[in-house]
Amino acid sequence: MAIKKFIVGNFDDETVLFPAVKKVRKAGYKIHDVYTPFPIHGLDSALGLRDTSLHTAGFIYGITGTATAVGFITWALTTDWPIIFGGKPFFSLPAWIPITFELTVLFAAVGMVLTFCYLCQLAPFVKKDHFNPRSTDDLFVLAVECTSKTNESEARVFLETLGAKDVTVMNKETEWWLGRYDKDDTKILKIEEQIS
Amino acid sequence: MGLLRYESQVRPPLVDGDKDYHQVTEDICRPVEVKPSKLWWMGFLISVVFLLFGVVSVTMEVTYGVGQWNLNKTIGWGWDITNFVWWVGIGHAGTLISAILLLFRQGWRTGVNRAAEAMTIFAVMCAGQFPIWHMGRVWMAFFVLPYPNTRGPLWVNFNSPLLWDVFAISTYFTVSLLFWYSGLLPDLATLRDRAKLKWRKMFYGLASFGWTGSTKHWQRHEALSLVLAGLATPLVLSVHTIVSFDFATSVVPGWHTTIFPPYFVAGAIFSGFAMVQTLLVVTRKVLGLEQYITIEHIDVMNKVIVLTGSIVGIAYLTELFISWYGANPYENFAFFQNRLNLSSPYGWAYWIMMGCNVLSPQIFWFRKMRRNLLVTFFMSILVNVGMWFERFVIIVTSVYREYLPSAWSTYYAPTVWEVGFYMGTFGLFFTCYFLFSKYFPVIALAEIKHILKRSGDSFKEKMDDVEHESVQEFAEVHSHDHGA
Repeated sequence: MAIKKFIVGNFDDETVLFPAVKKVRKAGYKIHDVYTPFPIHGLDSALGLRDTSLHTAGFIYGITGTATAVGFITWALTTDWPIIFGGKPFFSLPAWIPITFELTVLFAAVGMVLTFCYLCQLAPFVKKDHFNPRSTDDLFVLAVECTSKTNESEARVFLETLGAKDVTVMNKETEWWLGRYDKDDTKILKIEEQIS
Repeated sequence: MGLLRYESQVRPPLVDGDKDYHQVTEDICRPVEVKPSKLWWMGFLISVVFLLFGVVSVTMEVTYGVGQWNLNKTIGWGWDITNFVWWVGIGHAGTLISAILLLFRQGWRTGVNRAAEAMTIFAVMCAGQFPIWHMGRVWMAFFVLPYPNTRGPLWVNFNSPLLWDVFAISTYFTVSLLFWYSGLLPDLATLRDRAKLKWRKMFYGLASFGWTGSTKHWQRHEALSLVLAGLATPLVLSVHTIVSFDFATSVVPGWHTTIFPPYFVAGAIFSGFAMVQTLLVVTRKVLGLEQYITIEHIDVMNKVIVLTGSIVGIAYLTELFISWYGANPYENFAFFQNRLNLSSPYGWAYWIMMGCNVLSPQIFWFRKMRRNLLVTFFMSILVNVGMWFERFVIIVTSVYREYLPSAWSTYYAPTVWEVGFYMGTFGLFFTCYFLFSKYFPVIALAEIKHILKRSGDSFKEKMDDVEHESVQEFAEVHSHDHGA
C-alpha cells in the first residue's frame, strides 16, 4: 500500500474549524477528512459530502420485513396448513397486523445497523487511524492530504493562519477505507490569494 | 453555520459548572477509569447473591415442574406473569427517553438517556425470563418460533396474542440493543483513545468497532439515530399494547377491556420513569455526576411521573365506570367485589395500587417535592410497588373468581421459589447495571458535548449577546446552507 503524507491541523473550537474548512476547500486543498468528537451539523455539506442514503436503505429493509411477514403468514395459514381459529376466515389480516409491524421494524433496524457498519467499515477487531487520539475527546482534526501539487510548508502556514492550534505532518499508509472527498485535480491558489 | 445555537435564557442549564469539552470527557470517563469503590463491590456482590438465589429457584422449578409454584387450576398466571408485565413496563422508559424525546428535540434527555436505555435492556432481559421458565419444559422453548418442523410442519398460531408477544418482546429487545450500542460506539472510542492499560485498550478497541469520528461516519450515525428513533417510537407503544392484548382479547371479566392498550402504555412509562429515578438518584451521587444529571433532570422526570400517574388514575376510574355502566353482572362482580371491596380476599391489593399509583404521585404537583431527592427516591420505589400491585390485581383478582363459583380458587400466595425467581431477576438486573456503570460511560458523552454550547451553564451568558443581535443579523451569522 502506498504511503501518503497528510498535513493535520488540530482545532479546539468548532466555530474556528468551520470557516477554516470552507477556506481550505476554496484554496483547492484535498481534505482527507475531518474528525470530530461529536456530530457537527452542516460540516458534511461544508465538506462537500453528499447526503447519506441510509434512510432509503432503511425503507427498503422495512418494506422487505412487511412483505416477508404478510407473505409468510398468508402462505402458512391459508395454503400450507389452514386451521380455523375461532370461526374466523383463514385469511384474517387484521390479526396479523401486530406481527407484520414488528417484523417491519425489526428488518429495518437490523438492516440499517448492518448497512451502517458496512458503509463505515465498523466491526470488532477493526483498527483505524484518526491522526490524533484527542479527536474523540476535545479536538477537531482536519487532515489535508498532500498531493503532488501541495506545497507542504505553505499549507502548514495556511492552516495556522486559519486558527489551527497545532499543525503536524504525518506519513500514513493508505488503507482501503481511506475515503476521498475532493477531486485530485482541483486548482490550488497561491498563498497570497489564500489568506486574503 | 449555527454553531452557537440560541436557547432562551429562561431555560435552566442542562450542564452545570464551568465545563469545556475536555472537562466533560474527564468527568464522565473518571468513574470508568478508577478502581471500583467498596460501595460498588458491596452492591455488586449483593446483586450476585440475589442472582444465585434466582438460579436456585429456577433450578427447583425446572427439576420438579411448575408445581413448585402455587399456581392452581384457576390461577394459571400468578406472580410469574405479574413480574413479566412489571419488568416489561419498566423497560419502556429507556427507549421512550431516547427515541420519543429525540424526535421532540428535548435536550434534557442527553443527561439520562444512556443509563435509561441500559436499564431498558436489562429490564427486558429480566422480563423475558418469566414466560420462558413458565413453560416448564424450557428446553422446548424454541417451539414458539415458526420454524419448519417434522410435525407437518405445524406452524405457530399467528392469530394469537401470545405469539404477538414473542415477536414484540424480541423485536423490542433487539432494536433497543442496537439503538443503545450504536449510540455507545463514539463514547467507547473515547475510552479507547484515553486508555493506558493494555487490557483497556484491547477491550474498548474491540467494543468501539474502530470508530474514528470521521465526518461521513457522523453523518450516517445521525441518520441512523434519527431513523431508529422513528422506528422505536411506534415500537415502544406497540410493545405494551401487545402485552395488554394478552389480557384484552380474552373473555375473562376484568381483562376484556378495550381501554387496556393506552392504559398499559401510560402505566409502563410511569413505572419506567420511576425506575430511572431510583437508579439515577443513586448513580449521580455515587459517580459524582450531579452536574450532568441535575435537579432539573429529576424535576422534569417527576413531571412525567405525575402526568402518567394521573393518566393511569383516569384509566382506573374509567374502568370502574364502564363496568358499572355496562351492567354486565360478571364485570360488575370482578370490579366491585373482587377488587374494590376492601373486605374481599384481595381488596387490600387494589387499594395499595390506588394509593401508590394515583394518590401518592400527586405530591409532585409541588415544585419543592419534585426537586427533593429523598422524596423522589422514596416515591420512585412507591410507584413501582404500586405498579407491581396493578399487574397483580389485574391478573389474580380477575381469574380467582371467574364465571363458575365451582371453579373459584382458594387464596393464592406464592411459594418461596416463586418469590426467589422474582428476587433472582432483581439480581440479574442490578448485576448488569453495576457492570454497566463500571465499564461503560453512564452518560452519553458525545451528546452532552453536542448540547454543551447551547445548554451549558458557562455558555448561557454568551446567549445574552445573541439576544441583543437583530434577527436579520442572527439569521445571517447562524444559518448554514445544506446545498453542496
